[in-house]
Amino acid sequence: MSEKTLTRMDLSEAVFREVGLSRNESAQLVESVLQHVSDALVRGETVKISSFGTFSVRAKSSRMGRNPKTGEEVPISPRRVLSFRPSHLMKDRVAEGNAR
Amino acid sequence: MIRSELIAKIAEENPHLFQRDVEKIVNTIFEEIVEAMARGDRVELRGFGAFSVKKRDARTGRNPRTGDTVEVEEKHVPFFKTGKLLRDRLNGEDS
Repeated sequence: MSEKTLTRMDLSEAVFREVGLSRNESAQLVESVLQHVSDALVRGETVKISSFGTFSVRAKSSRMGRNPKTGEEVPISPRRVLSFRPSHLMKDRVAEGNAR
Repeated sequence: MIRSELIAKIAEENPHLFQRDVEKIVNTIFEEIVEAMARGDRVELRGFGAFSVKKRDARTGRNPRTGDTVEVEEKHVPFFKTGKLLRDRLNGEDS
């Protein structure tokens, strides 16, 4: 496995290459896509990107946790967590691409 | 929200771009992430989250219906970890 880490810069470089906008505008569009996805999730919406996957927000109720160091019980407040479910296409491509 | 609604929003904010270019932009972003993971790479989008590939070791599984044991091969699966900023925003810590 090559184990490289891509960032926003690599995504905007791909947009620059594929669409031919300026680097600056490509970067802004990548940011804007991430922003719209985040905003929808914060509103509690599910974001479903076909052939990519589904982001959904789940509410977790409060529960008692334990400080693993001291053993002390501490209440964990109710919270919303994000879960991502990859599409079958993504799962297949990741499995095939990384198979030995 | 689905892909076409995301495209519509970006198009609305960028009236100087052709619809087909906006489609290409959105598709390129998601395609690039899938391609990276198919190569075994990570994609780290600060504030949003990180996509990575996790290895699942080979194991002996069981067919839950028949109880037969089956050999499950090693495989790689996509994984997403939510970024701190987005996690905080989901819980009302504004920024």
